Amino acid sequence: MASGHSDRGPRGRRLPTAVKIVIAGGFGVGKTTMVGTVSETAPLRTEEILTDEGVGVDDLSGVERKKTTTVAMDFGRITMRDEYVLYLFGTPGQERFWFMWDEVSLGALGAVVLADTRRLSDCFPSVDYFERRGTPFVVAVNCFEGAQQFDLAEIQMALNLGPSVPVMLCDARSLESCKKILIDLVLHAMKFRGLLPQPQQA
Amino acid sequence: MMPPEDPAQERWPEEQRPQWPGQPEPDQWLDEHAGPMVRPYVMTGGRIEPTRGKFDLITLVVAAGPEPDGQLGLGPEHVAIMRLCRTVMSVAELTGYLDLPVATVRVLLGDLLDKSLITMQEPEPEADMHDIRLYQAVIDGLRAL
Repeated sequence: MASGHSDRGPRGRRLPTAVKIVIAGGFGVGKTTMVGTVSETAPLRTEEILTDEGVGVDDLSGVERKKTTTVAMDFGRITMRDEYVLYLFGTPGQERFWFMWDEVSLGALGAVVLADTRRLSDCFPSVDYFERRGTPFVVAVNCFEGAQQFDLAEIQMALNLGPSVPVMLCDARSLESCKKILIDLVLHAMKFRGLLPQPQQA
Repeated sequence: MMPPEDPAQERWPEEQRPQWPGQPEPDQWLDEHAGPMVRPYVMTGGRIEPTRGKFDLITLVVAAGPEPDGQLGLGPEHVAIMRLCRTVMSVAELTGYLDLPVATVRVLLGDLLDKSLITMQEPEPEADMHDIRLYQAVIDGLRAL
């Protein structure tokens, strides 16, 4: 190939740029449902194989004890105009795989923390994580059927969130609802990064 | 020494076949359901790091030309990637479609990049996420869903 440009496609067309949004929250809260609701294809799964390498441990004794674990993340894609592709990544269900969280959160536009009012504490680790990391996030309370409708201010207090973190209700199965959550997240991320001179909401 | 074979236990009648919890249906272990025939490290010749490129999960990759025929040093997985990359595809999508671990796909992509068979577009670094057009494009794209 004569072309030395790494960002040109086969016909000299510029390749689109990918952006990502992270969907986090406790196990079974609806992350994959949300990814599937907005994705243009069925959610795909990417896997990382972890090897317990035992750094600093005698190699010989490590061989028979070496274990591998597979960490999986579901994700979806939305192709946009203007040369952008948006990817939505659902974090691995187990919070102990922080390295995967780091990988997927690096360079993310923002994050949606999905919460279930019946198990509100399940989303604490996600909230802590994005607060510590400085990733803009919103909390979306997935309204499962039969779940009590909670007052959003109460949830905001229960999660000990600052007033600037948006908390909203959603239905992960509804496209309109997911769209609204994601658009609100992008607006929040703009505000968070100082790109909205005037706050849009009073 | 093997215990004497008991034909009565050799074949369970269809309805009496015991099912242990978590046991997959017997026909789930046929063909590709039995798992890959080749271990991931074998596909990469034991390498765990790509020779070139970092390959973020959302790095976009596209084939730089037509599929090479019989080019030396390319394995079936390389060819499979080239086939998928006729359209622009992220590293994550490649791992999903190929059902291979991320680390394996990264090594294979490094080989293809080395031979100039693919081109790629890295995502915006986090520090550069102050381009207002990016946010506007994402909002417009979401609204259009």
